[in-house]
Amino acid sequence: MRQRIPLIICFICGLTMAVQFFIPHQYSQAVYSEAVNWLRVIGVFGFVIGFGTLINIHVRRVMRGGANAPYSLVLLLGLFGTIIAWLIDREKERFFDWIFYNVQMPLDSTIFSLLAFFIVSAAYRAFRARTLEATLLLVAAVLVMIGNIPITDVVWGWLAEKLGLKEGLPGEVKDWILAVPNMASRRAIYLGVGLGGVAQSLKIILGIERAHFGGGG
Amino acid sequence: MRARIRWAIYLLVFLSVLIPMLTGISFPVGRISESTQAVFDYIESLPEGSVVAISFDYGPSVIPDVQPIAKALIAHCFKRNLKVMGFALWPTGEPLGRRAFEEVAEKMGKVYGEDYVYFGYRAGYSTVMLQMGEDIRKVFEQDYRKTPTDRIPMMKHIRNYKDIDLLVDLAAGDSVETWIVYAYTKFGQKLAAGVTGVIVSQMYPYIQAGQLVGVIPAMRGGAEYEELIDYSKLLGEPGMAKTGMSIQSIVHLLLMILIAIGNLEFVMMRRRR
Repeated sequence: MRQRIPLIICFICGLTMAVQFFIPHQYSQAVYSEAVNWLRVIGVFGFVIGFGTLINIHVRRVMRGGANAPYSLVLLLGLFGTIIAWLIDREKERFFDWIFYNVQMPLDSTIFSLLAFFIVSAAYRAFRARTLEATLLLVAAVLVMIGNIPITDVVWGWLAEKLGLKEGLPGEVKDWILAVPNMASRRAIYLGVGLGGVAQSLKIILGIERAHFGGGG
Repeated sequence: MRARIRWAIYLLVFLSVLIPMLTGISFPVGRISESTQAVFDYIESLPEGSVVAISFDYGPSVIPDVQPIAKALIAHCFKRNLKVMGFALWPTGEPLGRRAFEEVAEKMGKVYGEDYVYFGYRAGYSTVMLQMGEDIRKVFEQDYRKTPTDRIPMMKHIRNYKDIDLLVDLAAGDSVETWIVYAYTKFGQKLAAGVTGVIVSQMYPYIQAGQLVGVIPAMRGGAEYEELIDYSKLLGEPGMAKTGMSIQSIVHLLLMILIAIGNLEFVMMRRRR
């Protein structure tokens, strides 16, 4: 019974919303409008559950101690610190803004900036023409990079003038790589993902897929 | 030895960012990509008073990629006397959007509530997109200054997607796809996007299918847009993306040289074996 009722609700809601999409009638639109309202309310419950779970897990980690406890403590301090900062000055949100501009922004930017160093180092060590596929990837990546940077336009412009080459060619090559081979493969992936999504949704609506009840499918 | 090479590479990257930054080296933008031109042309074609909505769905980590696009886009809309409404579906996008509006509006003498409005962050993602198609007031009851939406002069005639001529999603994640599913497919909303370098390649099928008017691709796109609207003249400050692209040029050159050296080393090692 604990599984059957949610399954029935899931089936009715899934089927109703799928059918509703194809019926442009005012009653159908009213159902849709109400469902969207419900979705927002349910979403709020999701936030509450997520918030509770997050606190629960990290408070337990801090209590237990161990190597990861300081990280959990930082998370809890950040979480409650931000909430308190917002509560203190709810009208103008000055403290909240201060935290965003002076803590989150520099931290976020720093972490992302570090990636540049790792990417360059990793590209030197790993971006090698070991196989045909790797060579194709390498050539495409270098051509896109060449076509993307403004310095190419300066150098190519000069070359084009001196040697009578076609102007803007590196940029056109980059656009072609992105608009033809890249797009073809992307489209294939999207079609696969789309069909997979439809199949998965049907499995959930029909109660074949039950992983969302917990304990695996 | 490996550690030394790694440290040498880190030093080179550091210097190739620092030196152009200090010397102020600048390269012209050159060729404008078709997708950036398409967004520019579409906004140019809108009559005065048309409404452009901007969704700020990114965070501080991608500021160099997306924030210049935001500022250039707002400046272009203001230049064309269009009405601009902004909001964020990512909590981290809220202060960034607000800052972009404030900086550009101040320099261009635009009035809040009449020329532009900012609603701030709303939770719900796809639900927000769906409800905007019904009635914007259902999700944005008030703006970020806590003024009821009904009391904002600019919002008098804006009720749902039918009143928005173009919606631009500035994104660092999968929000563009979600906008396409909920706003374009269901309500026929005209969409464009400004995205980070990582997700540019994902956008091409949507451009070709006509689901997106165009895409402004990352810092490069931002620099192109700054060039198109003559940003430095319009706002009296150098474009953030144009400066960034010159620095990126040097780093990319270094990257290509290192890749070439790495491959040369690989070929020589294979021959020795």
